[in-house]
Amino acid sequence: MLRGSIGSWNTFVSITLVRSVPLLFAGLAVALAFRAGVWNIGAEGQLYAGAVAGVWVALTFSGLPRPILIPAVLGVSCVAGAAWALVPTLMRLRLGIGEVITTILMNFVGIYMAAWMVHGPLQEERGVFPQTDRIVEAARLPTLIPGTRLHIGFALGLAVAVALAFMMRRTRFGFHIRAVGAAPEAAAVAGRIDPARVIFIAFLTSGAIAGLAGAVEVSGLTYALYENLSEGWGYTAIAVALLAGLRPGGVVVTAIFFGALRAGAGAMQRDAGIPAAWVDVVEALVILAVLGLERVRAARVGSDPGEGER
Amino acid sequence: MSQVELVLFLESAVRLGIPLALAAMGETITERSGVINIGLEGSIIAGALGGALGALAFDGAGLGVMAGAMAGLVVALVFAVFAIGLGADQIITGTAVTIGGLGMTGAVYQARFGVTGAELSLPTLAPLAIPGLSEIPIIGSALFAQAPTAYVAYLMAPVAWYVLFHTPWGLELRATGEAPSAAEAAGVRVRTVRFAATLFGGAMAGIAGAHLALAHAGTFAENMSAGKGFIAIAVVVLGRWNPILVLFAALFFGAASALQFFLQALGFDLAYQIFLAFPYVLTLAALAGWVGRSRAPAALALPWEPHR
Repeated sequence: MLRGSIGSWNTFVSITLVRSVPLLFAGLAVALAFRAGVWNIGAEGQLYAGAVAGVWVALTFSGLPRPILIPAVLGVSCVAGAAWALVPTLMRLRLGIGEVITTILMNFVGIYMAAWMVHGPLQEERGVFPQTDRIVEAARLPTLIPGTRLHIGFALGLAVAVALAFMMRRTRFGFHIRAVGAAPEAAAVAGRIDPARVIFIAFLTSGAIAGLAGAVEVSGLTYALYENLSEGWGYTAIAVALLAGLRPGGVVVTAIFFGALRAGAGAMQRDAGIPAAWVDVVEALVILAVLGLERVRAARVGSDPGEGER
Repeated sequence: MSQVELVLFLESAVRLGIPLALAAMGETITERSGVINIGLEGSIIAGALGGALGALAFDGAGLGVMAGAMAGLVVALVFAVFAIGLGADQIITGTAVTIGGLGMTGAVYQARFGVTGAELSLPTLAPLAIPGLSEIPIIGSALFAQAPTAYVAYLMAPVAWYVLFHTPWGLELRATGEAPSAAEAAGVRVRTVRFAATLFGGAMAGIAGAHLALAHAGTFAENMSAGKGFIAIAVVVLGRWNPILVLFAALFFGAASALQFFLQALGFDLAYQIFLAFPYVLTLAALAGWVGRSRAPAALALPWEPHR
């Protein structure tokens, strides 16, 4: 398992870091939402929406020069991810329906929408396999470290992490997010913050970052959209974000950790025949362990959440 | 639609609605106690695998259903220990339990039957026609010539309704979900009630999973629960936390899912994947259109600790 994840510099960069890129984006998306008290379990669907939109731009406007095409692919994927988050956002803010179930339902819609795309409107010219044609050279992200498969998307993810960390700690809006996430009523009364506005922006931004995860994966690594592009990254992202304590800087570390875990599990399945599905069990245990430790620590400090005060 | 087609449609509507009804009925009781178990999906898939392995081991579908109920209950126990025992966040705990349940069943299945999943054929749960009732024209065979698990759902709805609204037990359960501290002051053991309600919900979800494997597919497939746990949670909302309405809401969803196959059979030229997405879109639409008129238990999803 170690050999398949961090065995050499090249495997570390080409496999582990490459695998960590979608987890990095999706993890940041989840961390931002959770900080604002938004239970966005929908990164998976938002990711597919971004991937479909990105590949559509790359295929449709393939004549554009690279400095325009790549930003267009990434920008449109952000819009698509945000649009996918818009339905649950409005259902929460306008109708008072919790976003947990609605985001999960949107995941299924997103997965089937992508499956339909690669079987239907966006299927390759030959019409044989359920996948799109390969996107043109000008829509592909450049390599970050020559001689490896690591692409510029990793650096972009780090940039998003830095931007989010700055926003959270140094800006007024970051303070508003933390205030609303901690106690929406108190934020509204004491801080004259409009929780609905903060939730709206945080939810859509979270969706946009998750959408970016899909487009970066397609234009940085696979160069085409497939059915089952994601191996549940949107759900793994929850473990990534929680283990990082919802801090953007921490997400960088935990995304690489889970990237290594996934890379190692792939190698174990190939070499030892151990089902890679065990990684999901490990992820679940990580989440439960984090929750358990948090509660034990809280009990020791003596901070009792009490009834109805959360 | 001819009469034969209508009968076939109603039969598949009920068949598809039953697992949702079983899982949603259990979740109704769980949520009435103030606990939302997003890990329901994990209980369903565990119930499916447990049901399959149980049916193979005991060479009988009936005992398979029992094994499925146990498997669903064990998964719910993990959820309960963290979410109720430790007071951890219910949403995150439930999500973890779902991820873990799907992963664990996939891994166990692959370890037992190989990565490709060699054709697994199970003793199936044969339909049991109720004499008399099943001969009612049109709806008779749809409702009363189903697998025995369907009758569990039919019986459970009025029983759960009666217990919930007309017995001291039900009162304690609802009090726990509306105002746990007041219930505690009145002598209710809040955490015990919540544990019991959650385990009951897990066992029901396990039966739903076993129904999928034994009455429906005749085999186990990874991720065969396909989000039914989440749809069941939405069905609870649509059924307004009332077991009888929940049964009807679940059958309505069964009809919607059956409709996709029928439209396809009738020659509507829509892509297969769009039909697959249909139940989820419908659930979203139903939630948006209907939910405004219902109210969740006041203490739903709030962690609670006893006062010392």
